[in-house]
Amino acid sequence: MISLRNVCKSFGRMQVVNDVSLEIAAGEFFSLLGASGSGKTTLLRMIAGFEAVTSGQILIDGQPMQDTPPHLRPINMVFQNYAIFPHLTVRDNIAYGLRRLGTPKAEQARMVDAMLELIALPGYGDRRAHQLSGGQMQRVALARALILKPKLLLLDEPLGALDKQLREQMQIELRSLQRQLGITFVLVTHDQEEALTLSDRVAVMANGQVIQVDTPSGLYDRPKTRQVAAFVGTMNFFDATVRTDGSARIADVAGLGVMTLNGSGQGRTDGERVLVALRPEGLGLSRTKPEGPAYAVAGQLQARQYLGGRQLLHVQVAGRAAPVTVAAGAARGEDPWSGDEGSPVWLTWAPDAVTILDPT
Amino acid sequence: MARYIGFHRPNRPLALYAGAFAVFLYLPILFIPLFSFNAGVYVKFPLEGFTLAWYADLFQREPLQRAFWNSVQVAAVVSLSSTVLAVPAAMAIARYRMPGKRAAVSFIMLPLVLPGLILGVALLTVLNGLGVRLSLVTVALGHMVICLPYAISVLLPRFIGFSRSLEEASADLGESPWWTFLRVTLPCNMPGVLACLLMTFTISFDEFFMAFFLSGTEPTLPMYIWSQLRFPQDFPSLLALSTLILVASFAMVFASLKLGRVGLAPAGERR
Repeated sequence: MISLRNVCKSFGRMQVVNDVSLEIAAGEFFSLLGASGSGKTTLLRMIAGFEAVTSGQILIDGQPMQDTPPHLRPINMVFQNYAIFPHLTVRDNIAYGLRRLGTPKAEQARMVDAMLELIALPGYGDRRAHQLSGGQMQRVALARALILKPKLLLLDEPLGALDKQLREQMQIELRSLQRQLGITFVLVTHDQEEALTLSDRVAVMANGQVIQVDTPSGLYDRPKTRQVAAFVGTMNFFDATVRTDGSARIADVAGLGVMTLNGSGQGRTDGERVLVALRPEGLGLSRTKPEGPAYAVAGQLQARQYLGGRQLLHVQVAGRAAPVTVAAGAARGEDPWSGDEGSPVWLTWAPDAVTILDPT
Repeated sequence: MARYIGFHRPNRPLALYAGAFAVFLYLPILFIPLFSFNAGVYVKFPLEGFTLAWYADLFQREPLQRAFWNSVQVAAVVSLSSTVLAVPAAMAIARYRMPGKRAAVSFIMLPLVLPGLILGVALLTVLNGLGVRLSLVTVALGHMVICLPYAISVLLPRFIGFSRSLEEASADLGESPWWTFLRVTLPCNMPGVLACLLMTFTISFDEFFMAFFLSGTEPTLPMYIWSQLRFPQDFPSLLALSTLILVASFAMVFASLKLGRVGLAPAGERR
């Protein structure tokens, strides 16, 4: 559907996008995830045609796009600030792109009605932009793009300006709309939760480069770099050194002792410095020294973050500067670690929960 | 005990000064309508009674009406053409970074500070050199030189404040740059364009120096007034005429300033 080949963009001496290559399949919900300044919006604007590519190629359905101005690209976009035309009514906004297609007036009216139905705003047709709430403007912007039946819809932080509740509701609506219409969506967001919730695949960007492209669960469970691991969810990082003990490859972690390396540790050489990453869910906590697991370390419960259905527990371990973060579920009506701050605890983990990364 | 009433307390000396300033500026102008209703021929106190005769007299003067229509024609052409020229200029200044932009803008704005006398003489010399015959067309040309900087300074804040994302949205929805201009840029900036038309119309209509140097046999209204000043018995009629021009000019400039600000609030204040 859309291919980016070694795409670069510089503004003067500033390199904003650096050698990005991506393949996005038809019907996919694809997200570009990154902090502000990571180049994700610039990349989206290059796909839309508002910025020229400095070098590299963008192809849509195999057609190179560099000589195609924005108005001739088979793409529509939902802008960050919605860009609803203030001098037109909601109906005229939605019908805006139909003039060029020469759609008859009656047909236009029918299509606009169908769109108002789709975005659940029937009866709002005669309002103007300033009479709409943020969420309503967002839907109008969506309808205005979708009425043209694009093959590819670009969304630039479309939910950024909405409050949390509305944002979650719109996420669900967006996802089901995309499934229903089968259009390829490319979303730009800095919100990792949003990217994980909505997307089939996510490209994580930093400093103008794509550092990992994966499914949401792939990103979460198998981050390739420290940056990705830190950006998506919460992660504990431990510096460690690899060595061989008999037939097993193991890592020494200060304060936590010895960890057996699973698959991700293979291919590392003895004496190599690595970064051991452990999700809070991969760790367990108990009040007494556990019998079963091979790994258990004594510590002290330092602080507690109660988050409703789950909580994060910060455990201080001798020999480590920063506390280790452990996630614990909570059954209804129970608050198992309430008032336990300062008491001694035992940390446990399963060996397959460990991810080995390069140290930087 | 003295109460502190804050930073925004009224400043009495400043208010007095402002009042005196306004009186000095506008009192002489107020004499024009005052004496236009005076029955006596001479401008002196005491007033000799109320009359509308001088206004009625205006409708008897055929040359005056000719001059009036000349001025209207020139002003219409000048306001339209200088606005049409100023819109793309203001858009370009507002949007593009280009080498020498500041110099170019200063150059365009220069006629604002050049004495009309000098501009008039200069244009006359050039037009004579080129062998162009003086007419209302040459007057209009001169007026355009004067009106362009005004037009640009009215339009520029509009285009600087105008969000480009609306034009990008239009392009994204498939409209070419030209249609985007017609369907989005122009209608969204219509208040500014109307303000510009009114402002330039007023300036051209009232302008004297350019008309003095560049008009041929057909006088504009200010030229006509100038030529009639020699005849004392016509003076009250000129006062009546001036009053009408004054009212119309004030109304148009006021409307233009009002229009120029429509929808210019920062985006954050709108929502």
